[in-house]
Amino acid sequence: MSLKSYVTPSFLIERNKERCIKCKVCVQQCANEVHRYDEEDDEIISEEHQCVNCQRCVTLCPTGALTIRKNPNELRQNSNWTAEAVRAIYIQAETGGILLTGMGNDRPYPVYWDNILLNASQVTNPSIDPLREPMELKTHLGRKPDSLSIKEGKLQKKLPPQLELELPIMFSAMSFGSISLNAIKSLAEAAKQEGTYFNTGEGGLHRDLYQYGENTIVQVASGRFGVHADYLQAGAAIEIKIGQGAKPGIGGHLPGEKVEREVSETRMIPEGTDAISPAPHHDIYSIEDLRQLIYSLKEATNYEKPVSVKIAAVHNVAAIASGIARAGADIIAIDGYRGGTGAAPLRIRDNVGIPIEFALAAVDTRLRQEAIRNQVSLVVGGSIRNSADIVKAIALGADAVYIASSALLALGCHMCQKCYTGKCNWGIATQDPQLAKRLNPELGAQRARNLLRAWKHEIQEMLGGMGINAIESLRGNRLMLRGIGLTEKELQILGIKNAGE
Amino acid sequence: MQTIDASGMLYRDLNELIRDSVSRGVKEIRLINVNGHRYIGDGLAKEASIIIEGTPGNDLAAFMEGARIEVHGNAQDGTANTMNGGTIVIHGDARDALGYSMRGGEVYVRGDVGYRVGIHMKGYQDMNPAIVVGGKAGDFFAEYMAGGIMIVLGLGLAPDEDIVGNYCGTGMHGGIIYLRGEVAPEQLGKEVKVVSLTEEDTCVLDGYLDNYCQYFKVKREEIDKKPFCKLLPYNKRPYGNMYAGW
Repeated sequence: MSLKSYVTPSFLIERNKERCIKCKVCVQQCANEVHRYDEEDDEIISEEHQCVNCQRCVTLCPTGALTIRKNPNELRQNSNWTAEAVRAIYIQAETGGILLTGMGNDRPYPVYWDNILLNASQVTNPSIDPLREPMELKTHLGRKPDSLSIKEGKLQKKLPPQLELELPIMFSAMSFGSISLNAIKSLAEAAKQEGTYFNTGEGGLHRDLYQYGENTIVQVASGRFGVHADYLQAGAAIEIKIGQGAKPGIGGHLPGEKVEREVSETRMIPEGTDAISPAPHHDIYSIEDLRQLIYSLKEATNYEKPVSVKIAAVHNVAAIASGIARAGADIIAIDGYRGGTGAAPLRIRDNVGIPIEFALAAVDTRLRQEAIRNQVSLVVGGSIRNSADIVKAIALGADAVYIASSALLALGCHMCQKCYTGKCNWGIATQDPQLAKRLNPELGAQRARNLLRAWKHEIQEMLGGMGINAIESLRGNRLMLRGIGLTEKELQILGIKNAGE
Repeated sequence: MQTIDASGMLYRDLNELIRDSVSRGVKEIRLINVNGHRYIGDGLAKEASIIIEGTPGNDLAAFMEGARIEVHGNAQDGTANTMNGGTIVIHGDARDALGYSMRGGEVYVRGDVGYRVGIHMKGYQDMNPAIVVGGKAGDFFAEYMAGGIMIVLGLGLAPDEDIVGNYCGTGMHGGIIYLRGEVAPEQLGKEVKVVSLTEEDTCVLDGYLDNYCQYFKVKREEIDKKPFCKLLPYNKRPYGNMYAGW
């Protein structure tokens, strides 16, 4: 017997009747079928239970007649049993299901980027004006040799393969399946135009995207979806996905509903089946096994492409990263606990993993102590919200950053956290052709490019302010950072001084 | 036919030689004194035949697309890892994670195989990978299997020996397993059921069994002495109802 739901709507929809012209844009735009036109009464009715507050109707309403706000209806005040805690129990009592959510951890944990301040030059070592002077953001990712031997102006030994980035920002892994092809095309085009890379995630590479191969990082994850020889050859680098910040330690699966024809062809699985990525790679049970897969991929691509290993930031991340470097990875990507996802169990997303700021500082420190920092490049993500986060990350020791949530926001995401439903009204996290076509890949690319360019200029401004004219000089330069409102221990882990010191 | 003596050679050098030869158009390569060399035939996307005398190392034919590899000896872990096409014939045993995520091609093993064999194997459109094992298989056989065909013959088993280990077909959501003989229910993952064979099954099996007999010079009557059982997943979406939207 189906149980009556005790869950009340999360949001209230207020329709200003004086402004509403009954044009039905809201009715047409909402894939959750919140708005409905009643012909008899000539009225638009909104069913708030279905509303996810994605702001699509609000944004597109031509007369600004709609407002969505948090439902002010409250249970009796209780600091322990918050409304969210109670709601979770109601849902689980009704369904017996694991709570599923989308995007990154939204809990009020500290954001350490916001407790770190940057330096600027005053009087001595004058600042540099990036508008008038050269400012180098070019970044090379890959293994760097311990020493260079140069004879008659020529390198004696070939450098290991490197990725060349015009700016230290890449689009992080998002699979075709979790997001629409138009969303991926937007990012791929932006990456190509701005001289950086996008990442396929574990969804394979759609045939339309092979033209972006030079700007593609192809991922190999535990389900090995869409992995074949041409795919490995197509990318500029290969990334082995071990873990993801939003759901460390668990696998994932793309529900059969999203595996429509194109997704099925790209992942190379039958239509309508769940695409299950097991939690571990079943050929990796140790660092030695990881080395085996790294070299298996290098052998398959003739040692021409850097191999990255992506892990979630977890408690022993420094020791794990050391193992990965020794296993032969060229790049280590670390994803913090705020990293986004198309779908993750709520309790995992909100309770597992550590902040990227700590993970990055710990890994960089450890690799330096072991004198193997040059053997790998570090790429961090989860979550990078603005250019200042990037500058701080690089000063803490990152070579580059991965952005995904920010990139989707640029495409129009409104952070409703319902990516897993496949009903994204913004055409991003959906495979419904009617919804996906709302995102024009050319305009999407323009937005993503604009974001990269804006951040590039801001990074240059901040570097110039510090009197630095190349991003290389900032890398691991923690003297450019000061902590504010942090404990001794936090400062120690971050390896930075307190403001005023 | 080109012969390469692998003794004392590093795997990287050996594999480079193989790649060079294949790209020069050599159609048949014989490797002698192979002793643990890893990644042989890795990512090989051309038609070629490699005959291996000795024991190749891990990840033999990983990501392979279309070549044929015959091993006169045992194979180690990770053979046919994410393989997309081609044929592997092993005149001995193979070890763990054989055919992990394999999507195409065929693997024939004369003897036994280790743990996690055929894990996450998947079929797709006209790609229907197959693994045929002459002896027995270890635990977690066909775990997460999503497509393709797995056949275990159980030839030469002692009367008290099991044809597969525990957790056979756990998480299976596609494909077919054929076991020659019986399997105890407690050895099966809870996502699979035992069903009887149809005529179509017999036709499908025939082709693979004839190949096995031909490759390893086994008499077909020997195999036909015992009937097969067939394992299928209950559901192609075993975890479809696990979640509730937050």
